[in-house]
Amino acid sequence: MLIHNVIFSHFEQVAKEQDKQLEPLHDNLPLRDSGLDSLCLAIVVARLEDELGVEPFSAAAADDRPFPTTIGEFVNFYEVAAHA
Amino acid sequence: MLSLGESQNLFRCTIRTATGDVLLGLLRNHSCLDTAASSLDGASVVVWTKNPAEAAMALVELDGIVGRLVLCPPGIGPDLLAHVMEIAEANAVVSDQPRPDEAGAATWIRCQRDLQPAARPARTRETEWVLLTSGTTGLPKLVAHTLASLTDAIRVEASPCMRCSMGCSSLVWSTFYDIRRYGGLQIFLRAALTGAPLVLPDSQEPVGDFLARAAACGITHLSGTPSHWRAALMHPGAKSISPRYVRLSGEIADQAILNNLSAAYPKAQVIHAFASTEAGVAFEVTDGLAGFPDHYIESLKGVEMKMEDGSMRLRSNRLATRYLNHDARPLRSADGFVDTGDLVERRDGRYFFMGRRDGVINIGGFKVHPEEVEAVINRHPGVFVSLVRTRRSPITGAVVTADVALRSGEKGGPELARELLGFCRSSLAGHKVPAVVKFVPQIAISETGKLIRNG
Repeated sequence: MLIHNVIFSHFEQVAKEQDKQLEPLHDNLPLRDSGLDSLCLAIVVARLEDELGVEPFSAAAADDRPFPTTIGEFVNFYEVAAHA
Repeated sequence: MLSLGESQNLFRCTIRTATGDVLLGLLRNHSCLDTAASSLDGASVVVWTKNPAEAAMALVELDGIVGRLVLCPPGIGPDLLAHVMEIAEANAVVSDQPRPDEAGAATWIRCQRDLQPAARPARTRETEWVLLTSGTTGLPKLVAHTLASLTDAIRVEASPCMRCSMGCSSLVWSTFYDIRRYGGLQIFLRAALTGAPLVLPDSQEPVGDFLARAAACGITHLSGTPSHWRAALMHPGAKSISPRYVRLSGEIADQAILNNLSAAYPKAQVIHAFASTEAGVAFEVTDGLAGFPDHYIESLKGVEMKMEDGSMRLRSNRLATRYLNHDARPLRSADGFVDTGDLVERRDGRYFFMGRRDGVINIGGFKVHPEEVEAVINRHPGVFVSLVRTRRSPITGAVVTADVALRSGEKGGPELARELLGFCRSSLAGHKVPAVVKFVPQIAISETGKLIRNG
């Protein structure tokens, strides 16, 4: 499955589990407006780490690179890490 | 206080091990040591044996003679032995093992089952008994007791075997604990003071072999941690024993394990007790329910209890006296209470244990007790046992994860994981619900018989 699809399915699954109203996902949607709070995002990141074997945030923090702020950046963040 | 060797019922107590029986009463006029016990008058003695029965013999022989007895549980290798000897200012080591280089120049006394006749020594001292607990640094802490503090919870006159004119043939004790740890030592002392036979697991004895032996010996009373009991229940040999009395201590007994034990042993009384090395035995709960009735806080005989900052504090004659380690904090507070570090919550007339203060996970500023989450997961009919841990998260600092071992015949998969998460959400706040559920074949327990946390 494409990373993009994996990520979207986790967003949808976690939103359902946590009873959150997920906005329609598109590249320019800011993460903070997606409907998921930080706990939901933490769950998504933990599950993506299990499924994709990467967790790009820690390396970004260590290199002083910015975290993604939109859905598109979030997907790209994982695509770059997965292919590194 | 009589010394252990002078206990009037001791002569009836037999320790039954995988390698034969040990009659403790013989130690009244025999010796298990290759050095006269009287030469150790007032000494600080470390007991470092491979097998628990050898340690038991040394305790009986030396209590009342030496100044200090330090009990090393399994897992204390030569390096840690040297550390323990230093803190205990040991003069001698009693062992069934060869002397390691690390032991230095201390007197090395051989302990063996092949007893030799010996004069009965005077046992007039109040020996300090020292137990080891695992410290946060990985180095053991040495906790000092007296025989009086260790035996305060044991009622010899109320023991069923004392009512029976034929002795105690109907009552056979056993424990999954090693008797050199607090929980096991309680059972050993109970057997020694009441004269009941005691069936002990040998170090490294597989649980199936031990259960088969326990069944053959007709054990009636068996104690262990909830983790010990779960491991036993997973074994087909659990069906071969039929205890009348099932005792749990050392970890939180959740409703699932209490129910499982009642189902496995319908004729047994299933009780759980609160005890710790530092605070001693505080109370028993006999109503088959997790937690304890809130009236315990004022109705326990001989034990005072109070809750402060959410944790249970205890004061009684059963408390340890002090830590021997120079760098340790005081064991008791100024008012004489021991802070158990066990956090409790009051609901519907009962106190429930939430977990250890030092085990609290912080999820984005919210506190989570792993034990609380485990208790919920363990209630699911497909779950055998679970271990809740923390995983580092770049978003919230940490997230909760759960390792889950299923009952035999159950199959883990995404669907069951979602079901378990739904199960958790129905009774836990959102931040306590695991982010990830992982199915594992089994969950490891430590030598102390507890779930290995922070692993």
